[in-house]
Amino acid sequence: MDVTMRVWRGDETGGEFRDYTLPAHEGEVVLDVIHRLQATQAPDLACRWNCKAGKCGSCSAEINGKPRLMCMTRMDHLPEGPVTVAPMRTFPIIRDLVTDVSFNFEMAKLVPPFAPPPPGPGGYRMQQIDIQRGQEFRKCIECFMCQDVCHVIRDHEENKQYYAGPRLFIRYAELEMHPLDTNDRRELVRQKMGLGMCNITKCCTEVCPEQIKITDNAIIPLKERAVDAAYDPIAWLGRKILRRHKRSPAEAQAVGR
Amino acid sequence: MTTVENAVATPVRIGGVRGGPDAPTLRTDRWWVGPAITVTVLVAFVAYTTWAIFVNRDYYVGAAAHRDLISPFYSPCIMASCVAGAKGTFFVINWWHITPALIVLAGPLPFRLTCYYYRRAYYRSFWLSPPACAVADAHRRYSGETRFPLILQNAHRYFFYLAAIFNVILTIDAVVAFRLPGQGGIGVSVGTIVLVVNAASLWLYSLSCHAARHLCGGQLRSFSKSRVRYRLWRLLSPLNARHMQIAWFSLIVVALADLYVRLVASGAFHDPKLF
Ligand code: SF4
Ligand code: SF4
Ligand code: FES
Ligand code: FES
Repeated sequence: MDVTMRVWRGDETGGEFRDYTLPAHEGEVVLDVIHRLQATQAPDLACRWNCKAGKCGSCSAEINGKPRLMCMTRMDHLPEGPVTVAPMRTFPIIRDLVTDVSFNFEMAKLVPPFAPPPPGPGGYRMQQIDIQRGQEFRKCIECFMCQDVCHVIRDHEENKQYYAGPRLFIRYAELEMHPLDTNDRRELVRQKMGLGMCNITKCCTEVCPEQIKITDNAIIPLKERAVDAAYDPIAWLGRKILRRHKRSPAEAQAVGR
Repeated sequence: MTTVENAVATPVRIGGVRGGPDAPTLRTDRWWVGPAITVTVLVAFVAYTTWAIFVNRDYYVGAAAHRDLISPFYSPCIMASCVAGAKGTFFVINWWHITPALIVLAGPLPFRLTCYYYRRAYYRSFWLSPPACAVADAHRRYSGETRFPLILQNAHRYFFYLAAIFNVILTIDAVVAFRLPGQGGIGVSVGTIVLVVNAASLWLYSLSCHAARHLCGGQLRSFSKSRVRYRLWRLLSPLNARHMQIAWFSLIVVALADLYVRLVASGAFHDPKLF
């Protein structure tokens, strides 16, 4: 039996889908077929990959229109007919299936770092229940498919300047839930990192290959924290009465007040 | 360090050439089935509810039929126009003349409208923003939930408190439904069970709410310092993971509860006594 692969070929100057027909082998994943294509009919086909085990997050592509890892998508689980393989839509193309994902690294640089207090006698102490929420987010393999599928930047390019995206929202959430962190990033993430742009339609959660519950466990808790910080009049009154500040000492110091 | 004050537009490339064709989607599966089902069920629910609210009759089965059943849409019935028996006596609004059911618009409706799950459902299937994953947003401009009116979604937790009051009232209704006046005083009828299931499903819906999960303990940085709130959070989290299913279940149950009371009240059949 043969399979037809409809692969996007092109670069910044334009491109097109090209069909390749090659024999199907049992038990293959999409990445195997792409490799066989490189070895036989299309030696100049560009694609990124490293582990072929769903752990490095390099081989993200849009298979039959859905963001998937090429190395984790079995050919026999796809419906009959040509299999389309396109590069991630949200990021600028470099060549063929390879895109420039530096957007995500720029956004990562902006995350205010972990800021623990000076250690007490005997060092830092935490319990498992204190850090277990953050551990879920540590499973992220940075495949950036959640960023790719997020309509806020996928369909509205102009939002990229102020939008951290689901991958970084889980980073913000992890830090905001960390028992030893003293920074307060709630206003930053609300005003400048686009938390309010997300309309919790959960596509990030749907595509995450690590099954991180991005929306339920990171974005919605962040939104609720933003309500605490900015929208909730009772929380505001509580802060006034207890003389707590919206900004943590560390953040206040960083901005000089 | 990045702060609100010094955050500048991130130096990202805007407008770079993208790969792939300029098609709204490359998906070939039936991605429109989900949104279509959502639209159908929600439209049916809204149509039925609107009718049920404005017909303003058949919402109470009283002592004449040996029952004490009230439709969830008409409870609490605190207007002078409510049928005898349905309303309490300690608090009556006299100046209200249209249907007493409009009071449900005060709590349960905004609670559902601002619910994180229903937001997902209607943003996807009614507003098509986006209709499904990797299917293009139907709108050219997009500001998410950052502007009026959608910024009001942030008030969800207040509607949670409001809806909790309604839950208490509907729970009282369910307890009162065990009264079978003139048929042994106390017992269980099908109507009793309907109202009990209704109250229970509404509690499940409230308790699985994301705001509830945040307020009960999710907002803490350190769980080990507040064991009780951690336990609560542990209790609510599995419910929260099923919030979508519970949301649909409770929506349908409320409508069916109203329908049941309505059929009995209109005399279509008698509410059978079980024991
Ligand atoms: S839930 Fe929010 S962050 Fe995730 S894909 Fe949807 S809009 Fe983007
Ligand atoms: S959160 Fe999931 S989808 Fe997003 S980059 Fe990490 S592993 Fe990929
Ligand atoms: S090659 Fe590493 S995730 Fe696919
Ligand atoms: S009721 Fe759905 S999230 Fe609160």
